[in-house]
Amino acid sequence: MIPLLAVSMVACGTAASSAALPSPTSLTVFAAASLQPAFDTIGRQLKAQQNITTTFSYAGTQTITAQLQQGAPADVFASADTAHMTTIQHAGLIAGSPRIFAHNRLEIAVEHGNPKGIHTLVDLSRAGLVVVLADPSVPAGKYAAQALAMAHVTVHPASLEPQVTGVLSKVALGEADAGIVYVSDIVTSGKVDGVAIPDDQNVIADYPIAALGAAQNPDGAQAFINYVLSAGGQAVLKTAGLQGA
Amino acid sequence: MLAAAGLLFFLIPLAGLVAKTPWAQVGSAVAAPGTATALGLSLVCSLCATMAALVLGIPLGLLLSRTTGTLRSVLRALTTLPMVLPPVVGGVALLLAFGRRGLVGSLLYQAFGIQIPFTTTAAVMAETFVAMPFLVIAVEAGLRSLDHRYEEAARALGASSWTVFSRVTLPLLRPAIFSGAVLCWARSLGEFGATITFAGNFPGRTQTVPIAVYIALETNPDSAIVLSLILLAVSIAVLVGMRDRWLGAL
Repeated sequence: MIPLLAVSMVACGTAASSAALPSPTSLTVFAAASLQPAFDTIGRQLKAQQNITTTFSYAGTQTITAQLQQGAPADVFASADTAHMTTIQHAGLIAGSPRIFAHNRLEIAVEHGNPKGIHTLVDLSRAGLVVVLADPSVPAGKYAAQALAMAHVTVHPASLEPQVTGVLSKVALGEADAGIVYVSDIVTSGKVDGVAIPDDQNVIADYPIAALGAAQNPDGAQAFINYVLSAGGQAVLKTAGLQGA
Repeated sequence: MLAAAGLLFFLIPLAGLVAKTPWAQVGSAVAAPGTATALGLSLVCSLCATMAALVLGIPLGLLLSRTTGTLRSVLRALTTLPMVLPPVVGGVALLLAFGRRGLVGSLLYQAFGIQIPFTTTAAVMAETFVAMPFLVIAVEAGLRSLDHRYEEAARALGASSWTVFSRVTLPLLRPAIFSGAVLCWARSLGEFGATITFAGNFPGRTQTVPIAVYIALETNPDSAIVLSLILLAVSIAVLVGMRDRWLGAL
């Protein structure tokens, strides 16, 4: 009898302290591959602070765009460029207007210690160098092509990866001598070194975020977006190597 | 009833593909330079992979049919493993074996400067890796169902091992080899995961039709559908052309 009372009192006690958090909800976020480290952290913080369990689906922005157009269910869409967000907007799939929440820049990824001595974009056109880029259909690939065109450099890539993280992994595995990825990819990877691209040759990627019209959890979607734009969310993005809104 | 359901399960996706084809754009999609390049590369790579599978797979099938006990179980598990392994995992394994830092690849790179990833050779290797088991299994099954008295008679009449093999065994094995080779070719034509991981994606060099479809699906779905339809037409032509023969030795 008494143990039963004790147990129920403890149970009430824990119930009372967890009543400080709102009731649990779940959220689905489709985000560009380059956002994975930052958004995973934001997801954990949101769970601790607002009891929202977020399921992330990361892929190349063009993949996500195609999935959303085919009716894939999601609450939030975070894109690596404005062009794909505009496509989704014109398809009437978002609620409200997109907000730019982060920026990213390009950087050259090389193996630790930069054994091939790559210092500029021009070095990438050296004969015998194995360079990997993202496919032009991917925002990172599009930006890389722009940067190379601005620097008047012709590169013969060994492969055009469908995700920018694929470029990173090929360099990290030692299969490629260099690749053009985002600054944030290099910061969060730790397995490659970065060679900076000067501002006048670089491309600034704008990352927009929006809630989707068919969201199952529109309040949760708005809470996520608000958090990403808040000081806490922006701090996480900066730690991951992105630049704030 | 269930058979009808099974048939529909295969038929409906194919019907969907044909129904959603943008027939007005088929002409321009077929004529697009990327299409012919991807198709040509796919055909070359899959044929090379099938030939490699024949050269390596027939002896392997022979070996399998002649071993018994634990050794046979181990060998058979090894040769059928690529069928069970997710293709991307196969690609990663190939990279870790033949990449610049790979088990064998690092030796090739340091000694001869040979780099295998991102080449057409890598695409052929990836396709061979996933498709060869089909040939090996067909050959082994064919060998087990052979009437060995013909071989014994030939040997008794004084033929050498090589003559027995080339003039008696191989011709008897022809249906099994043929059906195994066609399955191998079909599998290598559709290979995606191992190819894109090990060989990467570059038009004209490693962008086979499945990879081209994957990339096109996100930016130009119409072109992707047309490419898929072409691959489907080629596959149907070959399979129908085989008629009953492909079931024979399985």
